[in-house]
Amino acid sequence: MNALVVAPVAVPLITLILCILLRPRHRLVATVSVAGAMALLLVGLQVLALAAGDVVLAGQLGGWQAPFGITVVIDRLGAAMVAITGVIGLGTVLYGLAREGDPAVARDFHLFIHGLLAGVCGAFITADVFNLYVWFEVLLIGSFALIALGGGKRRLAGTLTYLVLNLLATLLFLLAAGLVYGSTGTLNMGELALLFRAGEASSAATLAVVLMLLSFSIKAALFPVFGWLPASYHVAWTPVSALFAGLLTKVGVYALIRIVTLLWPEYGAVHEVLLWVACATMLVGVLGAAAQTEVRRILSFHIVSQVGYMILGLALAAPLAIAGAVFYLIHHIIVKANLFFIGGLAARLTGSERLAAMGGLYAKVPLLALLFAIPALSLAGIPPLSGFWAKFALVKASLADGFWWAAGVALLTGIFTLLSMSKIWNEAFLKAHPQGEAAIRPLRDARWAWVTVTALAAMTVAIGFGAGPVMDYAIAAAAQLAEPTAYFRALDGAGGQ
Amino acid sequence: MELLAALTVGGLAGIGMWMLLDRNLIRVVIGIAILGNAINLGVLTAGRMAGDVAAFVTATSTPDHAANPLPQALVLTAIVIGFGLFVFSLAVLKRIREVHDITTTDVVSAVTEEPAPDLREGSEVGQRADPAAAPDKEGGR
Repeated sequence: MNALVVAPVAVPLITLILCILLRPRHRLVATVSVAGAMALLLVGLQVLALAAGDVVLAGQLGGWQAPFGITVVIDRLGAAMVAITGVIGLGTVLYGLAREGDPAVARDFHLFIHGLLAGVCGAFITADVFNLYVWFEVLLIGSFALIALGGGKRRLAGTLTYLVLNLLATLLFLLAAGLVYGSTGTLNMGELALLFRAGEASSAATLAVVLMLLSFSIKAALFPVFGWLPASYHVAWTPVSALFAGLLTKVGVYALIRIVTLLWPEYGAVHEVLLWVACATMLVGVLGAAAQTEVRRILSFHIVSQVGYMILGLALAAPLAIAGAVFYLIHHIIVKANLFFIGGLAARLTGSERLAAMGGLYAKVPLLALLFAIPALSLAGIPPLSGFWAKFALVKASLADGFWWAAGVALLTGIFTLLSMSKIWNEAFLKAHPQGEAAIRPLRDARWAWVTVTALAAMTVAIGFGAGPVMDYAIAAAAQLAEPTAYFRALDGAGGQ
Repeated sequence: MELLAALTVGGLAGIGMWMLLDRNLIRVVIGIAILGNAINLGVLTAGRMAGDVAAFVTATSTPDHAANPLPQALVLTAIVIGFGLFVFSLAVLKRIREVHDITTTDVVSAVTEEPAPDLREGSEVGQRADPAAAPDKEGGR
């Protein structure tokens, strides 16, 4: 079996073990952690390059034949997700270096983050329903530890909400996986896809899969089961909440895209429900954000509304729409994580993340203002930044299918998003600081944080100007999702390649 | 046998869900454990309970009436994972009791709705001006 196919999981796991062994030596842990994150990024770029050359990596764990063994497949979508996980993982680890004040917290941060990355990558490469559940649990236990990191009254309260709702979602997923096995006799996604595409699935199997989709929806924070997200993301430590905002809900979105495109390639009842859910998610999220007055709370509600766009693409089921959803996924992870990072820097500079207590950043730190403007405008969908192309594809696809109201909701949400972003801009950057300019404190040892936000902003611009190749990749990924031959070939025992 | 197991699953899931909806965090945590066990049993039942011989295939023979080993493997995995999550929930429960002095879930989660505290002078980001934060580093673990 090709070693590269399991590398996205193996690299963070090895880094995690090294970090645990080196635990007493804080500086060394940080170094190993950065090296591990870089290695994961390299693996991600490598699988991305292979996927762009139309190589689909596949393998059987332990050499057991499908459908009895666990299949792993890295197609274009999976490769892009692994690569982006590498980018955000490295960014988060670098940003987290700044905290030298409390070594124990920083060290534990480096430990848990690699456990979480292993779970995230595992979820992106597996082609087995129960294995997906296991990876969800791996990333979940890492995320529990991360969100509680540092402790304190407020953070523990947020952890409580996050813990209970996510536990419930995974329990539902476990039940659904068991019922899928009970009603179809298989857990292999390829075999399930063959069964559903042939129309031979029993109604019990369909119900079990729908239960699974419900649990993914909770994880992806779709309307009406998004409540846990804005109640917990804003309490975590900045790099942690940026990592969660960028990656974690998107694992749920990825799982939704994977299962729905595998089982139901044509527009159907599931897509119709998803379409309504997507529109409601977009609107409720963006309206919720309008009522908030703290940077991270506004951004948290925007995660909800942005997830709606991706689900809109998935629900339309047309090739262009799926491509738009994939493009959106790539663009959104970078932009959203970056906004959280920049929000964290702004909060450190001004001493608060309440908009009322912020201000004066445009005059004092114009570079941060520029860096904020790039992802903020991209999030709202202003050309030529990455968000514009993502939204353009989705709106075009919904108009082509005659869903003009869905296109209308998407555009309206874009306007409201711009409104929220200009609120942050006006309050945190443009207006004078309420305590005078002297209240803006210079940052100590934030060098790597600056590198991270600059690099991510540069990526946003690059995706915007180089939208052609990225969109080509997304369209090819959508074609692969419609015809997942790699998943079927694994069943024939063809194995690698 | 499957019917009995299915009814047990339903009963346990009902009890678990009922406790999960309680305002007391202690009951919520126990509710999660009960619901988790109900679902474990459900997964085992969904995989059929037919067969009463261990599914050991030897070079010469295969057992006639073998039990399906796959659901057992799935449930074993799920039990281990569930145990880990239960232990973490207990740790969170203990810490919330110590820090908040109360285990009423809505009172605790209302704290997240309070305005974000100012960052302490000269501190790193994320270190809240929170009196409970200081002695909080390793104690909970």
